[in-house]
Amino acid sequence: MHAVRLRAPRWAVAGWLALLAMLALGALLIGGPAAAQDLQAIPPLTARVMDQAGLLQPAQRQALEDKLAAFEAQAGPQIVVFTVASIGIEDIADFAQRTGDAWKIGRRGVGDGVLLIVSRDDRKLRIQVAKALEGAVPDLAARQIITNSIAPAFKRGDYAAGLDAGVTALMARIRGEHLPAPAAPARGGQADTGFDWEELAIVFFIGVPLLGGVLSSVLGRKLGSVVTAGGAGTLAWWLSTSLLIGGLAGVVALVLVGVMGVGGARGLGGGRGGRGGPPVIWGGGGGGGGFGGGGGGGGGGFSSGGGGDFGGGGASGDW
Amino acid sequence: MQSMLRRLLPALGLTLSLLLTGCGYNDFQRLDEQVKSGWAEVLNQYQRRSDLIPNIVATVKGEANFEQETLTKVIEARSKATSIQATPELVNDPAAFQKFQEAQGQLTGALSRLMVVSEQYPNLKANQAFQDLRVQLEGTENRITVARNRYIKTVQDYNVLARSFPTNLTAMVFSYGVKPGFTVANEAAISAPPAVSFDKPASK
Repeated sequence: MHAVRLRAPRWAVAGWLALLAMLALGALLIGGPAAAQDLQAIPPLTARVMDQAGLLQPAQRQALEDKLAAFEAQAGPQIVVFTVASIGIEDIADFAQRTGDAWKIGRRGVGDGVLLIVSRDDRKLRIQVAKALEGAVPDLAARQIITNSIAPAFKRGDYAAGLDAGVTALMARIRGEHLPAPAAPARGGQADTGFDWEELAIVFFIGVPLLGGVLSSVLGRKLGSVVTAGGAGTLAWWLSTSLLIGGLAGVVALVLVGVMGVGGARGLGGGRGGRGGPPVIWGGGGGGGGFGGGGGGGGGGFSSGGGGDFGGGGASGDW
Repeated sequence: MQSMLRRLLPALGLTLSLLLTGCGYNDFQRLDEQVKSGWAEVLNQYQRRSDLIPNIVATVKGEANFEQETLTKVIEARSKATSIQATPELVNDPAAFQKFQEAQGQLTGALSRLMVVSEQYPNLKANQAFQDLRVQLEGTENRITVARNRYIKTVQDYNVLARSFPTNLTAMVFSYGVKPGFTVANEAAISAPPAVSFDKPASK
């Protein structure tokens, strides 16, 4: 019995290696760069005030950031200020649209996001409004905010005052709109894009037993189940873009195939059949733990609600 | 024999489930619906523009000596565009689709010319109502662009599905054709460098 226990890690290690290979492959498949040529790249969203042009002092930036955070906590909508040095030859409306499509700011299910974009060297700015707020901030209102609140301060070179006045005016307009109250503090970053539970279920209840059966008959029950679990976990991760769900899927698949023997095939080597249980579960615990640890990260900083749908609303201006 | 059957069964099941999910029938339904709603959004935005034009025309008419020809062109283009019955079914009729697009394209041209010409009239530039309309028109044109781009993307997805193997077989069985996207009507005119003339307000 003791000897059997000692052999277990070898299976686990083999399973891990297969799993890691699959993960690496998956990462390669997903991470293909799809950069648009000649256009200014849009950076990942990391803060409410993305001051790439360096228009604000650190203290001013922090004050604006706090103001926006407080507004989101109190009213719900997400407002992001984004400054760039230059957008090149692209029209600022197109640039703002691309940014909106990339960041999708606004709560999921509500879609209330507003982007305030400033291009320093082109002396242009734009308020881009997600569809959910087009009623609260119509194009004309956006235009008036730009010409009356922001542009005068920008002409004096006082960017902080301009941005602050613009954001204040935006907030005043949005407050008048009856939006759903903000949810209780969110648990971690749940930034998964709407994925298909149905698809996952099909994979699980048809694919896993079949794959498990085939792999178990070829590789033996233990290795077969570990590989199946790795595959199911990776697939679930890829489909749901959530490490946690991927990890859970892997563990469930492991239990289904390895312990309950779904798929029905017996190991080819008859002698090995007897010592299935404990070692396999040990391997599964290891795998699940690894996935779960990854899923816990990603909280902390600001992240987009992912619900903002920008349809071209808003207004541009200059100073 | 029995054991061989048992071994083949999972493989058989796997192929069967792959075949079922691979025929793409559901994908066709989903994308067809997406194309329809994308097109409805395009129509919606064109309608919005069409609704704005009477106000613009009324404001511009207040300017006594406004270039009449530009104005009539806008009015004509609008009535031509609105005379075409714009229905969601238009996406399945390439000829009618083409005609609709041409009419809307002409209206776009006439409107942008009107806006350029209006720059030459100081009274209009100072007129707040006209400037407001201008902002609204600008926003509408942006929305049209976005809606068209999204429509193009969905149609692309649909057409790729309809033409690639094995889903093209499904398309054949249910006779799903490819859907028309937006094409640039005057490709030659766009690729030619613009002729710049400083003589007088060009009239054509």
